[in-house]
Amino acid sequence: MMDVLVPILTMGLLGLFFSLGLVFAYKKLRVEEDPRVVAIADILPQANCGACGYSGCRAFAEAVVKGDAPTNGCPVGGEQVAAQVASILGEEAQALVKKVARLHCRGTKTAAKDRGEYIGVTTCRAAHLVGGQKQCSYGCLGFGDCIQACLFDAMEMGDDGLPRIDENKCTACGRCVEACPRNIIELHPVDQEIIVFCRSLDRGPLARKVCKNACIACGICVRACPEGIILENNLAKIVDYKKILPEQIPAIEKCPTKAIGRIHRASEEEQAKTNEKQAFAP
Amino acid sequence: MELLAIFISAILINNFVLHYFLGICPFLGVSKKIDSAVSMGLAVTFVMTITAIVSWIINHWILIPFNLEYLQIVSFILIIASLVQLVEMFIRKSSPPLYQALGIYLPLITTNCAIMGLALLAALKNYNFVETVIFGVGSGVGFTLAIVLMAGIREQLDLADVPEPLKGAGIALIVAGIMALGFFGFSGMIK
Repeated sequence: MMDVLVPILTMGLLGLFFSLGLVFAYKKLRVEEDPRVVAIADILPQANCGACGYSGCRAFAEAVVKGDAPTNGCPVGGEQVAAQVASILGEEAQALVKKVARLHCRGTKTAAKDRGEYIGVTTCRAAHLVGGQKQCSYGCLGFGDCIQACLFDAMEMGDDGLPRIDENKCTACGRCVEACPRNIIELHPVDQEIIVFCRSLDRGPLARKVCKNACIACGICVRACPEGIILENNLAKIVDYKKILPEQIPAIEKCPTKAIGRIHRASEEEQAKTNEKQAFAP
Repeated sequence: MELLAIFISAILINNFVLHYFLGICPFLGVSKKIDSAVSMGLAVTFVMTITAIVSWIINHWILIPFNLEYLQIVSFILIIASLVQLVEMFIRKSSPPLYQALGIYLPLITTNCAIMGLALLAALKNYNFVETVIFGVGSGVGFTLAIVLMAGIREQLDLADVPEPLKGAGIALIVAGIMALGFFGFSGMIK
């Protein structure tokens, strides 16, 4: 009888002792946590991408509750999450304009001349070290480091050798912006239609020699809208998109190299081209 | 001298990871970056030392007097699980930065066989109290050494051209095997 009772009692007492110890410790050592932090952390997307500027969704939630971060600070969650976060904090949601990544280069395979054939590690980062395949040393390298970096499957390599961005899927997390060794991807508000599709700082004639679609700094767009566009280092630059009036857009689009214009033009142009080809096909 | 021998032997010769093959899951799971490997190593060392102390007390003051040595495994599980909980609460209260640094690793250690192995081995070898503590610290240092070395190698491996089928866990296990062979060379040091 004792052989059974002693171990049962010992283990029972040990268990009781430790559980009481834990209960006591929990009461003494409990850290009060703001329930709002938990609630906000729960509705965040949990991608932990760091696009908000904090180390993860949890850190962002803490910052929002402290008031360091804006309620619409999560670009991945978009307006919906911003509204929920704001309602937890009892504030009105601040309007959030969705941003998307955009490529500032139209140096397609046909437009940009090659300097030679690049044989080596097929990443932009590696190709950038030796100057890349194209003569233009500012344009897209075309190996798709940005596509690799995208967590949301929003990018793909187009047939023209430039990455294409699906603006519906893009969450503006900024991973592609960081991945690009040439810094030609930028985040823009999705309603910004006019963009300079070139980053070449080469002087006009040289820029035009290496790429048909390069900005040659002729100044046509600047004359069309002097308030919104300036020339800087041989490159047109949009300083204030809001000052570009709709009626000025046709004049801006007279750009001889099409280095500035509407963002969605590229696809229309291609469409036209393929239509042409089909028309000429025997 | 005897204590030094126990300490060195726990680090190099009877290394928990490379000799007993205990604690392989954190060894493979948390050895991708040196930073996190160091944190994990420190957390294990910490828990091992405390476990060694408390398990010795329970073993020698309760289990042995009542002839209940066969309950060692059960009671050690109880001790480790509750201790880690307690330590986690304590650290969270007293030192939030340390809590942030150890993060998820602390609760992970609860279910780590290296800790259990330590308590059982110390009981098996009939160490006295001081020897048990030294054994605990040494084992933790040994684990830290192994996991940090492994993390260093794996950081380099990321740049190496590893054959496709061996990528990830495959090459990690091969590296662990070669490291174990290397540590085998220490076995002549202390009789």
